[in-house]
Amino acid sequence: MALDPEHLAYPKRRYGMDHDLYPWRNLFAEGPPTFADGTRLAVLITVPLEFFPLDPRGIPFRAPGSMVTPYPDFRHYTTRDYGNRVGIYRLLKVLEASSMKANVAINAAVAKRYPVLLRDILAAGHEPVAHGVDMDALHYGGMEEETEHRQIRESIDTLQEASGQPIAGWLSPAYSSSFLTPELLAAHGFRYTCDWSNDDMPYTIQTRKGDLTAVPISQELSDRRIIIDCHQSEDSMERQVRDQFEVLYSETSNQGARMLSLTLTPYISGLPFRIRTVASILASLLGEPGVRAMTGTELVEAYRPGRLEVHSSV
Amino acid sequence: MVSDPERYAFWPYRDRPRIRWKNGARLAFWVAPNIEFYEYDPPRNPQRTPWPRPNPDVSGYSMRDYGNRVGHYRMMEAMDRYGVRGSVSLSVAMCQHHPEIIESCLERQWEFFSHGIYNTRYCYGMDEEQEKAIIQDAINTVREATGQTIAGWLAPALTHTERTFDLLAAAGIRYTCDLFQDDQPQPIRVREGRLISMPYSLEVNDVICYNSYLMSPRHYGDILKRQFDQLYLEGEDSGTVMCIPLHAYLVGHPHRIAAFADALRHITCHQDVWVTTAAEISDYYYANYYDTFSQLSYS
Repeated sequence: MALDPEHLAYPKRRYGMDHDLYPWRNLFAEGPPTFADGTRLAVLITVPLEFFPLDPRGIPFRAPGSMVTPYPDFRHYTTRDYGNRVGIYRLLKVLEASSMKANVAINAAVAKRYPVLLRDILAAGHEPVAHGVDMDALHYGGMEEETEHRQIRESIDTLQEASGQPIAGWLSPAYSSSFLTPELLAAHGFRYTCDWSNDDMPYTIQTRKGDLTAVPISQELSDRRIIIDCHQSEDSMERQVRDQFEVLYSETSNQGARMLSLTLTPYISGLPFRIRTVASILASLLGEPGVRAMTGTELVEAYRPGRLEVHSSV
Repeated sequence: MVSDPERYAFWPYRDRPRIRWKNGARLAFWVAPNIEFYEYDPPRNPQRTPWPRPNPDVSGYSMRDYGNRVGHYRMMEAMDRYGVRGSVSLSVAMCQHHPEIIESCLERQWEFFSHGIYNTRYCYGMDEEQEKAIIQDAINTVREATGQTIAGWLAPALTHTERTFDLLAAAGIRYTCDLFQDDQPQPIRVREGRLISMPYSLEVNDVICYNSYLMSPRHYGDILKRQFDQLYLEGEDSGTVMCIPLHAYLVGHPHRIAAFADALRHITCHQDVWVTTAAEISDYYYANYYDTFSQLSYS
């Protein structure tokens, strides 16, 4: 018995990446990436507004946060919905207290179901980011191109119509995407995607349908990872954000600019016993010279590539 | 299938012949950065899917890619600060994909050993010729890229066959990091040639700590210090080995690097610690202890 010979064939074993979306970059190389406005450390807060249907199909998997018990799982449905009713308003308050504008990633279903909420988000000056249709309409390898096209269309059309403004940014539900997602996003006119968690600064993704800026958001530094997945305490989360800040900020003294990404989920961070720690974390982030909260579009516009980032044409 | 690997003898952890490491050190300390490449669209091994989600698992792929774009340099800087050279567990295709990273390690006189071709290619189901082919590929690739002859092996994604250790020894590999039965090296039974197990301290591996045991960064830093303190104490009786296995995609995050650097500071400020590489520990063991220990028997 042997393995099929394809397991010892390496067709993409070559210089750089094993795909054509972006070239390799060393963030610490000379001539580092910067921000045009002189920002040293950009703080990007991402707040997802998610709708988890009570009757998920779970194709090809159930998104983290989805229903758990046999139908009808009112328990998980309503704890998630609590985030969209109550938790988000606590988050909006603490963001305002720190004068921070965030990226709010919004499922089309949330925009449709809760127009008041969308208006409140916009009135507070946060940036709406397309976040797919709902948490049970995932993007994944092997899905029909037409289906994915339709989901992206529905997501952006709904959000643009409901908000009355153009939408520049995308975040796939559950960070799940297909081989075609980047080029479909470019074809739909998106300027940036948050699907790739591989850097502490933006970079350019190239597709056959045009370029996108990758605005990497950390899946590690998030309330879901720290509190839900790892069962760590609020104090530990505060310590981790502080450590993240100190390292990134010290690097900006001589190694270019950095971004600090923190994802705060309304049904996790917006709970009564957590919100004060979250407020304290946000308050601690601003104050040093050169530190600024930025939304995705602000990041994309201010971002200047490093000296050695030479992009080959596709 | 067999119920016991039958590769090593049972040795109780008492009254063993005394090991003293180089210059009388009681603990040999090494750090093993796993410098890995995970593929975007790898083939599916019949016994293990490469990613938890369908290809492309952009979430998993991009989080690994963070290590090669960002984390590596942060991890390397922390090691430089405390004078620690790495013994690199290398996905050897990194020599093709990111030679700049290989070069940065070579400048620091780090050691390279093999961690397979890609960390998304598994040995399950390989026949003897196929497994020999990846061992030879690793030897040739690292030799061509670095001039080094690899002395060690850690199977890609810890995937093995029953013959792995025989094939390693036959190919001239001197140590394996694949067996976790002890805090001291031990001769391994092989068909021909010689092989020793090199303690790799899997339980303090950052993947295990962060992704299996879900520790906080400061907890991880704390257990590294405790691991060291205990092995240092025991090393007075007979020299121990401590390894810190690393992955830049985990330890290289800003919120984690300080806890790791603090543990390195703690370890390297002690006397009688041999801060070294796996190949140097292996050479020293073969030169001074292999013969004694290979005859050791407790019955």
